[in-house]
Amino acid sequence: MSKLHLAILALLPFLLAADWLQFRGSENNPVATDAKLLTEFSPDEGVAWKVPVPGRGVSGPIVVGKRVIVTASSGPVHEDRLHVLAYDAASGKELWHRQVWATGRPFHHPTSANAAPTPASDGQRIFAFFSSNDLVCLDLDGNLLWYRGLGHDYPKAGNDVGMASSPLVVGDTVVVQVESQGDSFAAGLDVASGQNRWRIDRPHAANWVSPAILKTADGKSAALLQSADGITAHDPKSGEQLWKFDAKCAGIPSLMTAGGRIFIPAAGITALETTSAGTSPSLLWESNKLGLGNSSPIVHGGRVYALNKAGVLVCGDEQDGDVAWQLRLKGTFWATPLIAGEHLYACNQDGQCLVVKLGKREGELVHSAELGEPFFGSPAADAAGLYLRGAKHLWKIGE
Amino acid sequence: MSRLLAARPALAYVLGLAVLSSAATAADLLQPLAKIRAVAAEGKGHGEAVAAAKALAQAEASDLPQILAAMDGANPIATNWLRVAAESVAQRATLAGKLPKADLEKFLAETKHSPRGRRLAYELVAGVDPTAEQRLIPTLLDDPSLELRRDAVAQLLATAAKSTEKPKSIELHKRAFRHARDLDQIKSSSAKLKELGQSPDIAAHMGFVLQWKLIGPFDNIDDRGWDVAYPPEKVVELSAELEGQKGKVRWLTHVTADEFGRVDLNKVLANHKGAIAYAYVEFVADREQPCDLRMGTSNASKVWLNGELIGATHVYHANELVDQYIAKGTLKRGRNTILLKLCQNEQTEVWAQDWAFQLRVCDAIGTAILAQDRPGQKVALRFK
Repeated sequence: MSKLHLAILALLPFLLAADWLQFRGSENNPVATDAKLLTEFSPDEGVAWKVPVPGRGVSGPIVVGKRVIVTASSGPVHEDRLHVLAYDAASGKELWHRQVWATGRPFHHPTSANAAPTPASDGQRIFAFFSSNDLVCLDLDGNLLWYRGLGHDYPKAGNDVGMASSPLVVGDTVVVQVESQGDSFAAGLDVASGQNRWRIDRPHAANWVSPAILKTADGKSAALLQSADGITAHDPKSGEQLWKFDAKCAGIPSLMTAGGRIFIPAAGITALETTSAGTSPSLLWESNKLGLGNSSPIVHGGRVYALNKAGVLVCGDEQDGDVAWQLRLKGTFWATPLIAGEHLYACNQDGQCLVVKLGKREGELVHSAELGEPFFGSPAADAAGLYLRGAKHLWKIGE
Repeated sequence: MSRLLAARPALAYVLGLAVLSSAATAADLLQPLAKIRAVAAEGKGHGEAVAAAKALAQAEASDLPQILAAMDGANPIATNWLRVAAESVAQRATLAGKLPKADLEKFLAETKHSPRGRRLAYELVAGVDPTAEQRLIPTLLDDPSLELRRDAVAQLLATAAKSTEKPKSIELHKRAFRHARDLDQIKSSSAKLKELGQSPDIAAHMGFVLQWKLIGPFDNIDDRGWDVAYPPEKVVELSAELEGQKGKVRWLTHVTADEFGRVDLNKVLANHKGAIAYAYVEFVADREQPCDLRMGTSNASKVWLNGELIGATHVYHANELVDQYIAKGTLKRGRNTILLKLCQNEQTEVWAQDWAFQLRVCDAIGTAILAQDRPGQKVALRFK
């Protein structure tokens, strides 16, 4: 490898800083550090572009190298046609559109879609995963690198209400969590070849949560898997279980990590302190006042935010879980909100995108945009805009 | 299956290369296509296929028919590799105005090719030629590609919807119903026929079994009955009295009036929890033939055809859908037996109370296979 290559590799994290590489952002905590987003917008104002997306999808968009990637699924009876699309982030122009046929179970509840998991990227490759457990790996120009029919390999893996777990990139491994009453497993695949680095059995029960990455100050990392009876940490390269923390976890909202801490959707939120990715964590606090509905928690600025089943946004202290304030929002939420600057953006299935100003003592609903189509997928952002995947369109909110 | 038989699709594909492309080009792509066709489950073959995919992405527009032909006899995983590679080539060709439209149409017309390859050929042509749909689709009502067939039925339904003359509308909707294999088109065409005073037989059209022998409940507390082979799994004696979960049980005859063949066990056997029922039918086939036994149920289930277990799904209350579980088997000429095991658990949620099933017998594209002694037979029998 040349010095130039090494230099580029060293710079990669910084070059990608503005990208949004996977579900809930590159670090699985949906905070757009560099973004300066509009706080007022409507279908007629502040929409940089809006493009129709074929088929259906409850997956969120990602942003990779000035491209916005979305997945979709279509089909007359069952959504067995799977789509991966790339749009130019600046103009919204469609750059490419690739399709495969589902090889696994394509069934789902009418409100969900085969395109339920949010795709992921390592900055060079795109990993598009679907409820039917088909995994497509493309380069940024839409050329096939490899494809796995995990639904074909493990035909009883699936939940006919629909699977939803998004893939996770940890180093040079892409992790998928496929938990169901039938075949149930997690696997780590080599990003370059798509071959299994490891595959481990998981509990035989329906589960819709996504894996998350834990990075600790000692430079180590682990893939965290959440199931009904707790979370397990795994070596990304080998899948070896490093530790387990027992807890009664929710089946839809996913755990997240921030600054070496882990926030689990269990007993409201249960916060864990870690010293190293490979060492068992200790309980920091738990708070049933920070209840979660379908959305995952967010941590930003020493605060933890939880959107509960009643649509109430609750702000707690990251150190002790004490509630600082709460604010009732409108609608039913499936998407995990996103924070940029002092504002939180929460889009609901009723077609509204709400903007909340986050204060120390209170939160204030400062804007409610009626966008006219349901939002199930979690939003993404880069420095220039907010990307929303509605039922029919992909939106860029920005100048 | 002998090795020779197993190799047939691959052999046909290789022989076809010479016809599809110039010898030089065929040789260039022969190796990468072979590497991709060798991809199999568990990532087998990826090492060489990854490099082959890169090479294939650089193929010429004129190579597209050859890439599509590689789908002939390919497994579903390799088919998807080939599809995406073909799309990359096609995108460059389209931008350069070099998509080999005539060759792709020729490929579409050749039903010897795989349904998916032909479908992609059509989509590529339709992407650049707005006349393609009207020119190409109407002839595909009986196409082996379900996706092409569906488009043809959709066109027919659209024409039928515009028809203002009742006899003509009936004729067109009957034709659409006859050719439809997708559930939504079967539903829409049959609904219209009913509006027009006709009596479409959905159950016969789809091959739903309506008349069953049922027995139960047997114990399934804590799911323990899943692995228990109760007497019907050993031998079916329709006159026998068996020891059930709550006392003696006997086989009942049940005929469902549901046009999608749904049998509600809660109504027929009462609302038992932690229970198992068996459903049995004898099916007289006109000839030996491969078949799908397609079941819909939200209960854990097992399926036996002629005493052979061909399907087992240990899943409770995760939706109930037509064609939810497909078990593949072979009907023999004459009498066959189909036995189902339907397991109910003890979940208490409102959405977890169903104990029901539906089953149809059909071929691989969903065309009904009807028992020769089917009661109320409305479709012509097909004895040879």
